[in-house]
Amino acid sequence: MAEVGDLLAEAMGHSLPVGKVVLVGDCVETSGAFVLHLLLKRCLSLDSSFAVFVALSHPFSHYDRVLRKMGCNLSVQKKNGKLHFLELLDFSARSKENSVDDGFCKLYNEIRKAVETARSKDTKASCVYIMIDDISLLEIAADGSENDVLNFLHYCSTLTSEMDCLLIILNHEDVYSSEEAPRLLAHLQHLSDIEIRAAPLNTGLAADVHGQLTVINKGLLNDDRRSGRRIWNFQFKVKENSVEFFYPGSQH
Amino acid sequence: MATGGGQQARPTRPSSFSRVSSSSFSPASSSSTSTSLPPGVRIGANGAAFVSSGIPDLDRILGGGFLVRSVVMVMEDADAPHHLLLLRNFMSQGIVHGQSVLFAGPTKEPRSFLGTLPSPVVQKEGLKIKHDVSDVQDKEKGLRIAWQYKKYFGELTAVDSHNRDKKQEYSSDFDLRKPLERQLLNSQNIECISTQDAFDLSKLQNHCLTFVSKLSLKDGINSNAGRIAIQSLCAPQCGYFEKDWDMLSFIRSLRATVQSSNAVAVITFPASVLSNSISKRWQHLADTLLSVRAIPDEDKDLAKLLTGYQDMLGFLHVHKVAQFNSQVPVILDASTYSLKLQKRKSLVLERLNQAPVEGSSGVSYATSGSCSSSKGSLLDF
Repeated sequence: MAEVGDLLAEAMGHSLPVGKVVLVGDCVETSGAFVLHLLLKRCLSLDSSFAVFVALSHPFSHYDRVLRKMGCNLSVQKKNGKLHFLELLDFSARSKENSVDDGFCKLYNEIRKAVETARSKDTKASCVYIMIDDISLLEIAADGSENDVLNFLHYCSTLTSEMDCLLIILNHEDVYSSEEAPRLLAHLQHLSDIEIRAAPLNTGLAADVHGQLTVINKGLLNDDRRSGRRIWNFQFKVKENSVEFFYPGSQH
Repeated sequence: MATGGGQQARPTRPSSFSRVSSSSFSPASSSSTSTSLPPGVRIGANGAAFVSSGIPDLDRILGGGFLVRSVVMVMEDADAPHHLLLLRNFMSQGIVHGQSVLFAGPTKEPRSFLGTLPSPVVQKEGLKIKHDVSDVQDKEKGLRIAWQYKKYFGELTAVDSHNRDKKQEYSSDFDLRKPLERQLLNSQNIECISTQDAFDLSKLQNHCLTFVSKLSLKDGINSNAGRIAIQSLCAPQCGYFEKDWDMLSFIRSLRATVQSSNAVAVITFPASVLSNSISKRWQHLADTLLSVRAIPDEDKDLAKLLTGYQDMLGFLHVHKVAQFNSQVPVILDASTYSLKLQKRKSLVLERLNQAPVEGSSGVSYATSGSCSSSKGSLLDF
C-alpha cells in the first residue's frame, strides 16, 4: 500500500505540494489529528526533509508514541535535527511586560529561524513542513485576540513561498460554524490552498468507518494531473499504525 | 511541572512496539521502588492508568474508568442536577481510596457539599449479587431472552471470579442514601474552594498547581493519584462569569497541569449559559466528554418507547472518550445510557432498551394499540 493512503495522496496531488497552506478541519465528534500524524510521518520518512511542529494540544510523549506505532521515531528524528518540536502546552502570548503581539513575534521568529537553519544546511530539502496543532489553542493563548492570531498566521504563510515549505494547520471548524461572523475561519479558508475536512458520517457512529474526509484542492491545474478535479470525498478508518481511506461501500 | 521517574503510577512503554501488558509498566531505568500501584489506580490497555469514576457501570463503558492525566467534562442540564451524582461518586471514590481531592464549587460554603457524598455499600452484599447474575448468565446462554425480560439480566460482564476481588477494591458501589463517614472527611488531603465571589480564576489556578505539586512530593513512596472536581465552572454566580477567554485559559492551563501529573480533573459546566461557539471550544478541550439530560416527568411517548421508564432519573450521553497515546477513536456500542437508582441506593447506567416495533403497522409492542408518534429522534442509541 502506498504511503499516506492512496486517496489522500491523490487528493493532495501526488507530487508533494510546496509553497502551500493546508487547512485541516475537524469537530468534536470526529478528530482530525490523524491527518497531522500521517503528514508528519510522510514528511519525516523522506531523506531530506524537515518539520517544525508547534504542539499546543498534547505533550511530546503523546506524538512520540502515536507516531512510533506508525513506524516513525520522533525522538530519533529530533536528535538528527530533522524535527524541531515546540511543546507549548502552557503558551501564553501575553506576558507581564509584553503584549500579545510580542509573544507571537517570538514564536514566529523561532519558527523562521528553525526553517532557515534547515534550509541553509540542505538547500535542496524537498519537504519542509510547519505544523500547528491547533489554532483554537492559539486563540486562547492570545486571550481571544483574533487579529493577533491572523497576523501570526499571515506571517507564517509568507514563509511558505519564501522558504518553499508547507504550512499545515489544524482547526476546529465547529467552533465557527455557529458564529455570526466567522472571520477567522473565512480568513483561514481564503489563505489555504488545500482544505481537508474530517466529519462524522451522516448515519452516525460505526465501528468500521470512523468518518468521512472531504478534500478541496484549490491548486491551479498542474501539468501532471490528468483531471482538473478539485473535490474528493471518501471515508476513513483510523488504525493504530495507519489510516485506511476508501470510497463508501468499497472497503476491501 | 511535576515529573518524577520514580512514580509508579505513570506508566511508560517498555518497547517501541505496542504490547498490551498490564504488569510490566515500570520504566526501563532502574527503579528500586516496588511495582505496586498507588491505591485506586489500575492499568489498562497500552499501559494507560485509570482511576474509578465511582460508578462501576461508567467505568466499564469508558473502558476502565477515567484516564489519569485527563480532563473529563460533563455538560449539565439546566433542569436537573444529575451532574452532581457523577461528581459525588467521583469524590467519594477518591476519599475511600485515600486519594487527595480538590473540590471547587460556586457556593459560599463548598465544604458543605462534602456532607452529601455517599458512603460505599457494604462489600459482602455486592459480591453475592454479582455471583448470582453471572451464574444465571452462564446457564441461560443457550436461550434467547425475550426483550421484556432482558432488563432482569443486565449486561454480560466478562468478569471472572479471580478478578472479582480486585475489581471490588478498585471501584466501589455507593449507597446514595448513606453519607460518608465524618472521619474520612476530616482528612488533610481534601481541599474545598469557593468560586462564587472569585473575580478571576488565578486563585483557583494556583490552588490546582499546589495541589498537583503535593502529589509528587513524596519520594520513594508511591505518590497518590489526585482528583480535582470542579462544579459548574461557568455558573452565572461566579465573579468571572463574563470572562470567556479567562475561563478557557484556565481550562487549558489545568489541562497542561493535569497532563504532567497523576491527577484527573472532572469539570461540570452548564453549557446552555455559554454561547454556541464558546461551548464548542470547551468541548474540544475535554479529553472525555459526557452530558447528562433530565427526563421529563410525565412523558407518555417516552414511557411507551422505553422499558423501565419510571425508574429512570435521566440520560447520560458519552460524546468523547479519552485515548492514551493512540490516534484511534473509541467507538462505543451505545453512547446514550439511562441513569437509574438500583434499589433506591446505587447509581447504575443501563443501555436503553427500546421496545421492538411491529413490522407491518409500525406500532411499538409497548403501546396499547393506538398509534403514537415516537420521539425516538431525541435519543440516539
